[in-house]
Amino acid sequence: MSTLPLDPLLLAIATPLGLAALIALGLPKRLVTKLAYLGFGGPALCALWAWWNFAAAPKEGHGYAFLTRYPTGLDGFGVSLELGLNGLSLPLFVLAGLVGLAAGLYALQSTAERMKSYLLLLLVMQAGLMGTFASVDVFFFYFFHELALIPTFIMVGIWGGRDRTYAAMTMTIYLTAGAMLSLLGLIAIYVKSGATSFDLLTLRDTLAARPILEVTQQHIFGVLLFGFGVLVSLWPLHSWAPLGYGAAPSSAAMLHAGVLKKFGLYGLVQIALPLLPLGALHWDRRLALLAGVGNVLVIGFVTLAQRDLKQMVGYSSVMHMGYAFLGLAAGVTFGVGAVVMLMVAHGLSVALLFLLSTSVYHRTHTFNLEQMGGLAPAAPMLATLFLAATFASIGLPGFANFWGEVPIFVALWHFSPGLAAVAVSGTVISAVYGLRAVARVFFGPRSPGFSEVAAAHPPADLTWGEKVPALILVAALVFIGLWPRSLSAGIDAALAPAPAPLTAALAASR
Amino acid sequence: MDFNLLRESAASNTWGALWPELGLGSLALLLLLLEAVLPPRAHRHLGAVSILGQLLLLAGLALGGSRPAPHQAFNGLIGFTEHTGLFRVFFILSSLLATILAQVALARQKLPRTEFHHIVLVVSAAALLLVESRNFILLFVTLETMTIGLYILVSYFRSNPRTLEAGLKYLIMGSLSSALLLFGTVLLYGAAGNPALDGHTAQPMQFGELNRFLAANPDGFLCAAGIVLVLSGLAFKIGGFPFQIWIPDVYEGAPTPVTALLAVTSKAAGFIVLVELVRVFEPFHWLVEPVLTAMAVATVLFGNLAALKQHNVKRLIGLSGVSHAGFLLLGVASLETVPQAAGAVYFYLFVYLIASYAVFGVMTVLAGVDDTRQDLADYGGLAKESPFLAGILACGLGSLAGIPPLAGFMGKLFVFVAAFKAGHYGLLLAAVVGVVISIYYYFGWIRMAYFSDEAAAAPGGPTRAVAAAGPTLKFTLALLAAASIVLGFYQSGLGRLVAGL
Repeated sequence: MSTLPLDPLLLAIATPLGLAALIALGLPKRLVTKLAYLGFGGPALCALWAWWNFAAAPKEGHGYAFLTRYPTGLDGFGVSLELGLNGLSLPLFVLAGLVGLAAGLYALQSTAERMKSYLLLLLVMQAGLMGTFASVDVFFFYFFHELALIPTFIMVGIWGGRDRTYAAMTMTIYLTAGAMLSLLGLIAIYVKSGATSFDLLTLRDTLAARPILEVTQQHIFGVLLFGFGVLVSLWPLHSWAPLGYGAAPSSAAMLHAGVLKKFGLYGLVQIALPLLPLGALHWDRRLALLAGVGNVLVIGFVTLAQRDLKQMVGYSSVMHMGYAFLGLAAGVTFGVGAVVMLMVAHGLSVALLFLLSTSVYHRTHTFNLEQMGGLAPAAPMLATLFLAATFASIGLPGFANFWGEVPIFVALWHFSPGLAAVAVSGTVISAVYGLRAVARVFFGPRSPGFSEVAAAHPPADLTWGEKVPALILVAALVFIGLWPRSLSAGIDAALAPAPAPLTAALAASR
Repeated sequence: MDFNLLRESAASNTWGALWPELGLGSLALLLLLLEAVLPPRAHRHLGAVSILGQLLLLAGLALGGSRPAPHQAFNGLIGFTEHTGLFRVFFILSSLLATILAQVALARQKLPRTEFHHIVLVVSAAALLLVESRNFILLFVTLETMTIGLYILVSYFRSNPRTLEAGLKYLIMGSLSSALLLFGTVLLYGAAGNPALDGHTAQPMQFGELNRFLAANPDGFLCAAGIVLVLSGLAFKIGGFPFQIWIPDVYEGAPTPVTALLAVTSKAAGFIVLVELVRVFEPFHWLVEPVLTAMAVATVLFGNLAALKQHNVKRLIGLSGVSHAGFLLLGVASLETVPQAAGAVYFYLFVYLIASYAVFGVMTVLAGVDDTRQDLADYGGLAKESPFLAGILACGLGSLAGIPPLAGFMGKLFVFVAAFKAGHYGLLLAAVVGVVISIYYYFGWIRMAYFSDEAAAAPGGPTRAVAAAGPTLKFTLALLAAASIVLGFYQSGLGRLVAGL
């Protein structure tokens, strides 16, 4: 359903994937670095096109626009490649496009060894990310996620920092276990619904007419919650995240922490909540407790104790996922909508933080916060952007994160005032470690270690290659921060006609 | 001249329905004949003759694929289903690939080659007849033909003591399994032929007749014992727990192409027969399903746990093959509730063939003169020395591990869905645990090839061996890797196997 000759959603997947195939077949390096701009820019343009045209586009079932179906030979099994966007997937599709572009640009200016293979893997990952959020078919939703996940392991293993082999192995095992559990949950929905298709629209219609038994819903939701939970680093299944992000090369960390990790939350919002509303009601208090105490408080204090900049960003991303889970647990439309906003905002800000941390590393030659200090005079632009990223991640008004966190707190207040208090105190924790890190890196006197490094390699400000991707991310954060309706209108529309069982169940329970 | 007689015999000409099997047999005989008449220096081209002949058979199958086959032949000894054409392609493909690998492996040995190619063809023809047999006599005869061929092939590199040891072990364990199978058959024969029992039949060896008899006596102890013994005999072939015990030693000792043949042809034949027999034993599903379920759980867990700590890649792939047998058993155990599970099992076998031969191909190239010593350490730094081989290896292992977008994932997905529909939740949980464990050793292998900086330790390491991989093998391996990737995205005709699941 598009007026363009080619389906932009398919194009967003096919451009990076096709380029990756060309690289694998031996495209010369000179062409690779030129075409890579197209490979990373294409999906971003497609995403912006979709965002620009979404409001006006004709909507089909359940608020989906741009629906197109491509057969893959599995029609008899109920699987076909079906692409489309609704108000929930559009923000994440745009997020994937923007962060992908930033990560790609940052990779292109980096001095990674074996650049061709590095770009190839990033492009495959980018294709997988675009596909994940554009898929309406549950099978392909999972399929594209895995397509993006595998390159992460390889990139950590080859281009990672210290402990890369151990980190790659840990990530692989944790995330495979999580992915397998979620797959089981998705199969369970398909089998138990009695539908003959993996198509989300069909599943929703089938289940709206004939919901699954309450007990079964609870079981399936539990499997999905913990399966997706591992992928989103729900406490206590989070320990792969700081380790993996600490070791991952910056572009991989940006794409994974920024976008891919949102897969699990997105799956819960887009699939589990509407299809298994009774299951969600059964689990919400337990989930809220795990996320509130575990992710926000425990990990918040753990983050405070970090002495390594990248580890700190890694832990802080685990902590912020706690807010998203809390919003989800609050269970009302308001909270769920805020979770989607937070996903986008957090994706942009954590990608920005990973990018800037690596840029800091290139100037200080260490991630150790104790051995830095006084970088601001030498690199004012870096300092400004880093400060902006920190403000965003704390949730200051004017940045997108504000519109994610505040509605979550409000929604949470109606759900459980105690947890709301925990969540709000979490912001204080994140303000403390965020601002302290800024102070350690950029202000105060130079530490003896950094003085030596600075004497040998005088630190310079951000180069254009670093500036452009960072500015893309900052611009998006501020744009959404100032005009949240650009995304929230679609989110509201997607959540407003909550399926009858969900509304009824919620009304009955409260 | 009695034309009527000729016309009748032409109409009932069931030999024609067996043309691929006859073709394989004739090709095997042709090789021996050519060896006798051609001068010795021409003998090394006989492998190419075998490859060409098999390609012709495959082309014939592709062209005549749509022609409807008769339902049965030879008075019910042999039966054809809609999948028969697919099995033929499968087994001929497997022997073709084994022949191509053998070209490389045999070049390193001072041994006669024609006989090797000959026996590979005979084994494949027997495997084809085995999966088409609908009678226990034919089943046993073809099974033995296949297994005896494999006895010879396993110990083909006869100067190597480990290979001889493997041959002896395989012989003893194989005979034991044949004996179990035979004993089970005899019990079933005795029970079904007993005129004192309801529904007794004059032809108890015939699958259809036996099925009718079992339906009339769904609780006979003798039959139950016979069924368990028959299943045990087959469990040896497929490597199901607790009959997987021979696998690591035999896989290690056998020449790599033969290991591949054991892993693919022998295992697949076992599974296809198992699917057929589960249908025959359907009245005893109260017995068959729990037995298969327990076997599946134990096989998945044992295979994966045992593979964790292997250093010899042939043992590793053998034990990982045990775990694959477990995943396949997942599908077989679901068969009685979900008949479409058979399609999932067949699909899995296909992707397993493609992925396994990619890995075995790389193993064959990298093996030294002593084919039995192939260590994980030999793969260190492979990606730097030969990105091509490392890429093939990654595709093959990734597909075996079941990582999307590779075909192996689709295979696992389909059997999982089948098991889910059949309600085997505990089994699924074991399978998921198995998959996660398997990631560790598959990725350990890939990690060795890609992330390890230590140069290959093996004498005559990858550099020299890579040059030895001829263009035929390279082309084949590239095709296999491509097939693993494409089948993950786009299943096309093979997708019909799982329609309705």
